Amino acid sequence: MNILNFLNTFFSDGANWHGANGIPHRLLEHIQYSAVALAIAAAIGLPIGLFTGHTGRGGYALSAFATGARALPSFGLLVLMTIWLGQLGTTPAMIPLVALAVAPILVTTHEAIRSVDPAPVDAARGMGMTSPSVLFQVELPVALPLILGGLRSAAIQVVSTATIAAYISLGGFGRYIIDGLASHTYSDVVGGAVLVAGLALATIGVFWLVGRLVVSPGVRRGR
Amino acid sequence: MIRIESVTKRYADGTVAVDDLTLDIPDGSITVLVGPSGCGKTTTLRMINRMIEPSGGRILLDGQDLAQQPVTALRRSMGYVIQNAGLFQHRTIVDNIATVPRMLGWDRGRARERARELMDRVGLDATLAKRYPYQLSGGQQQRVGVARALAADPPVLLMDEPFSAVDPIVRKGLQAELLRIQSELGKTIVFVTHDIDEAIKLGNMIAVMRTGGHLAQYAPPDELLSAPADAFVEDFLGTDRGIRRLSFFTSAGLDVTATPIVTADADAAQIAERTLPELPYLLVTDADGKPLGWAKAEDLAPRTDAGDGASTEDGASTADLLPHGRPFVLGQDSLRDALDCAVLSPTGWAVAVDGTGKVVGVTSQETIATAIRGAHAGRATKPAEPDADAPDAADTSAAGPAQAPATDGPAPDAPDGDADAPVKAAR
Ligand SMILES: Nc1ncnc2c1ncn2[C@@H]1O[C@H](COP(=O)(O)OP(=O)(O)OP(=O)(O)O)[C@@H](O)[C@H]1O
Ligand SMILES: [Mg+2]
Repeated sequence: MNILNFLNTFFSDGANWHGANGIPHRLLEHIQYSAVALAIAAAIGLPIGLFTGHTGRGGYALSAFATGARALPSFGLLVLMTIWLGQLGTTPAMIPLVALAVAPILVTTHEAIRSVDPAPVDAARGMGMTSPSVLFQVELPVALPLILGGLRSAAIQVVSTATIAAYISLGGFGRYIIDGLASHTYSDVVGGAVLVAGLALATIGVFWLVGRLVVSPGVRRGR
Repeated sequence: MIRIESVTKRYADGTVAVDDLTLDIPDGSITVLVGPSGCGKTTTLRMINRMIEPSGGRILLDGQDLAQQPVTALRRSMGYVIQNAGLFQHRTIVDNIATVPRMLGWDRGRARERARELMDRVGLDATLAKRYPYQLSGGQQQRVGVARALAADPPVLLMDEPFSAVDPIVRKGLQAELLRIQSELGKTIVFVTHDIDEAIKLGNMIAVMRTGGHLAQYAPPDELLSAPADAFVEDFLGTDRGIRRLSFFTSAGLDVTATPIVTADADAAQIAERTLPELPYLLVTDADGKPLGWAKAEDLAPRTDAGDGASTEDGASTADLLPHGRPFVLGQDSLRDALDCAVLSPTGWAVAVDGTGKVVGVTSQETIATAIRGAHAGRATKPAEPDADAPDAADTSAAGPAQAPATDGPAPDAPDGDADAPVKAAR
């Protein structure tokens, strides 16, 4: 049996299109876990990254943190959290996802603000802009493409890693993979993996679109 | 007035960038801070808008200590222009220029209207308004930088090497533009440069600084060139400061003669009559009086050689003319320009034109030299009375209008433009 046959078996099975285990429902669950994890990570990473980038403080602490965060095994963290917290709804699954996403968001935001051309920043301060105005009206608009890039790679990692939520009996596309492995239904495993990859690609598309909408044409060129 | 009072700046690492500097910067004029790299010019400038705080001394603006004033309000009252313009790349040109008015609470429409006015003022085409900075040349970006600094009409303008990143031709244009704008607006401008020529061209007052943040000399450009305070300043001014100083002497009153000037169709009698004994050449002009070139008198004479069938034309064929070089505008250009024209001229004589490019006369290097001696003797305050035999006599020429040229021929109307030097004309 080759992959195409698996896919055909998976996607043509009418049972995979409705109900709690149908693709639309699993898709919603998957998006929900990913979006919540990404939102929490952004709520932590963006403000800290903007602040440290703007003031130039905490660069060393940040890179140490980022290195540490990258070394964390998400799956191990999931198991650990489940042991600690028990089956408390989605929380044990969210913690590794958020931990995974904070580092790229925080570090790229910090770096993006640091890498803004100092000349316009100097000009802005020199013409009497307040410090928050300099950050939000001068640095952020120019750093936006890089910051979005950080959010995008965090989002892609979260989308692919959110499959592990299924391991603690939650939903999402991971269900097909975990259950398929348990029952040796390889068409489900392959189908689930393809869905995850497709969602990751769709995520890239969404970020491209957001970039078109929020990044000034004066900044977008050449990137 | 901005008064810098015994100001010292010692950076955290111990570098003393400015050492006990005292400087009075007069209102409504351009004061240039000039000196070698690292001498503390930028540090001094940035202490005026408190981008850097002094470690000692104080700076007063109209008698008020800057340290007592709210820093954002202070900066909004001072335009600030930096080397690479520092435009906001995410904003269009109008919105870049409208930045400070918007900060001051103007509504968007009014701020943009003001921005468009300023684009016109600094010589930017209105079609550039909606562009982004990356779509502009370096020179245009720098104009936007100046417009942005002027947008809220601040009384003070601080400029840190604003023109040093553009090529020499564009820089010349920007300098001329700044002088023109300044003649209209009369701002108090503090201008930093490491280029002494730029300082002399733009400055009403020049502060020469030396490494370590010391003031070496503070004087108007003419005085700087004529009386450098010490060897450092003299060295910094370069070897040709005598020639450069001539920029401050007007050519108004310089003797020119219209005698050796003919049109291309002059006949033999005219040519003979107009040839000066000391100059074997005649300047040929077109019917409008614009210069065409120099020709030897004998080459100009109508050819009577009937044997040469082709040569029926009379007068000079313009192809045979020697180039007349760049003429100078009498009364508007300086003696330096006049001398330069004479030195570059193939005949050694400079061509003087009026504002429309019509020839008003020609003049020799000797005549210019006489005028220079006279001007030096008269401290460049008036056109000198030419008197080749007794240059010292110029001292007594206070009342003298330009004397009739020594040579015969119609004297050009000597433009009796005000003889007040220094000439600070946009060139
Ligand atoms: N933030 C700083 N910390 C320590 N030293 C500094 C700092 N900024 C400037 N300096 C030093 O102070 C001195 C004066 O610097 P400044 O920038 O004022 O010079 P400048 O005259 O503007 O030079 P340039 O023509 O190269 O721009 C230099 O020796 C410089 O190295
Ligand atoms: Mg400098």
